[in-house]
Amino acid sequence: MQKPTDNRAWLLVLPVLVTVAFSAVIPLMTVVNYSVQDILGPHQRTFVGREWYQHVLRDPELHGAFVRQIGFSLSVLALELPLGIGIALALPRSGVSSSLCLVVLALPLLVPWNVVGTIWQIFCRGDIGIAGRAIHALGIDYNYTADATDAWLTVIVMDVWHWSPLIALLCYAGLRAIPEAYYQAASIDGASAWATFRFIELPKLRGVLTIGILLRFMDSFMIYTEPFVLTGGGPGNATTFLSQYLARLAVGQFDLGPAAAFSLIYFLIILLLSYVFYTAMNRQEQT
Amino acid sequence: MARLELQAVAHRYAQRSSLGTRASTQEAARYALAPLDLVFREGGAYALLGPSGCGKSTLLNIISGLLRPSEGRLLIDGKDVTAAPPQARNIAQVFQFPVIYDTMTVADNLAFPLRNRGVDRRTIQQRVAQIADLLELTPTLGKRASSLSADMKQRISLGRGLVRTDVAAILLDEPLTVIDPHVKWLLRRKLLQIHAELAVTLIYVTHDQTEALTLADQVLVMSDGCVLQQGTPEALFERPEHTFVGYFIGSPGMNLLPCTLVDGAVLIEGQRLPIAPDLAKRAAAQSEPLVLGVRPEFVRLHASPPDDGANTLAGRLNGVIDEVETGGHARTVFASVGGSRLAIKVTDDGVPAVPGARCSLELLPERTILYAGGRAL
Repeated sequence: MQKPTDNRAWLLVLPVLVTVAFSAVIPLMTVVNYSVQDILGPHQRTFVGREWYQHVLRDPELHGAFVRQIGFSLSVLALELPLGIGIALALPRSGVSSSLCLVVLALPLLVPWNVVGTIWQIFCRGDIGIAGRAIHALGIDYNYTADATDAWLTVIVMDVWHWSPLIALLCYAGLRAIPEAYYQAASIDGASAWATFRFIELPKLRGVLTIGILLRFMDSFMIYTEPFVLTGGGPGNATTFLSQYLARLAVGQFDLGPAAAFSLIYFLIILLLSYVFYTAMNRQEQT
Repeated sequence: MARLELQAVAHRYAQRSSLGTRASTQEAARYALAPLDLVFREGGAYALLGPSGCGKSTLLNIISGLLRPSEGRLLIDGKDVTAAPPQARNIAQVFQFPVIYDTMTVADNLAFPLRNRGVDRRTIQQRVAQIADLLELTPTLGKRASSLSADMKQRISLGRGLVRTDVAAILLDEPLTVIDPHVKWLLRRKLLQIHAELAVTLIYVTHDQTEALTLADQVLVMSDGCVLQQGTPEALFERPEHTFVGYFIGSPGMNLLPCTLVDGAVLIEGQRLPIAPDLAKRAAAQSEPLVLGVRPEFVRLHASPPDDGANTLAGRLNGVIDEVETGGHARTVFASVGGSRLAIKVTDDGVPAVPGARCSLELLPERTILYAGGRAL
């Protein structure tokens, strides 16, 4: 049977095309445009080809930020996943206490990101912060504005506080979805608590964990606001991650060409790594 | 292998309000399982048959230890295990939906209960090979269990119960629900074969009478938390002790006709039907409403005699044919007698049955049962 064709139907797709063009395609093309030109003024622009890309990729500051970024993302993933799963397992399964726990757990997720930075900035100060003073009282020399290790620890602890609840909530939902019969069968099969976790709960959490890992990886890889407020990337460059490096290039130094070139590289890195994570987790499922 | 004994076991589910406190209406909470004394003989095949919510799964979970009964004791081989957790009992259970460990191979799935109990490697291998062979799972042993079809998964669930050498009984909670009809009978035959080979006690919960009647040598019919009758499939068919059993078993179920007693006979829709004198005597002592029950298989359809109106032939009811269902080897004829409706199984093709025709129904007296208040007299 011949299907009727009517090219006017394309008009129905037009609103979406326009929206996507303005929200994604045009800004992206602008960035591509910047990345291959040297713009000195509205009428002074020269085509430079790959020059900015080469310039950015050879920048030792970028290399440093990249290594720190990978280190940061892997650290928070390594901490937030087990912690989130642990919290989800420990939460009560029903009743008022479970609702209460969920609300408390969700609180960090509701705090605006710059406020998170501010909270921890004050919380950890040596002179007026509770945590800072408590650590001092223990006789530990702690100063996140001066010591690189302290700054790192503070940024990581802040991120763990901020985002572990997300993993916990995802896992909690995943755990609730496991039919009771699985637990009953496990207890009849004489499975220990660890075996129940290892062979029932963990496999059933694979789906939510994939989402959790992807979200947390992408988000932590793009982290900007919290460390900016907390440490401003310091001391030195100790906590300068990729997006802060980018912001410094674009807004601080007005190097729009290199900034545009780097933005595209940054985007491709995230795309690539997310793809790698995703396929790795899916492949594991199939074998 | 062992003997399972329930002594006055009963259960109520505590009603809890949303605040997690026991509601004051708890005393009023109905029994999910009314006090019950039962013995499951070693090596028997039992079926718990009843409609949804009749308490059969509750009873099963009490036996396996997933549920602790609110009253009574459970003995396995004379040992009180009422308070023992499932791990500490020699009971295996297969659930309605196949439960398998997704990340493991079929072989690991089968070995899991043994590994958890610290059985040595060689014995595990032997047992797994043996049970896989029995369940025809050998070709799939190396595969991931999650890739298999529902009936294969259910075999694995069953296999996890069978590998254990210590199991006193295998409990099956409607295990064929999610299995495709064309493999159901295969699995059912497999179960019978396993029961014959291993002589393990099977307790099978189902709401499907065909499953219950083909699998079990003892069927327990349950309704509203009570076991109404326990007996062989033949006994349940031929002499239901309760109107519910009569109606629930059989297809169509037993005909139940409300009746009253008048000097040595019962009156059904104004028509007299004589009954045995001793039965009449027992019926006379009852205050509860009487119901006459007869299975469709035990009613004979005859053409109406020419001089109908008066009951010229003793032991027959006059009626009108409403409907004729033709199916396979037998016809099911539905006839009205006054306001009551009877189903009649007609296997003889020679008997004419036309809707609208008058007919005369012969209720085989030795197959006709009189019930008072639902109980057989």
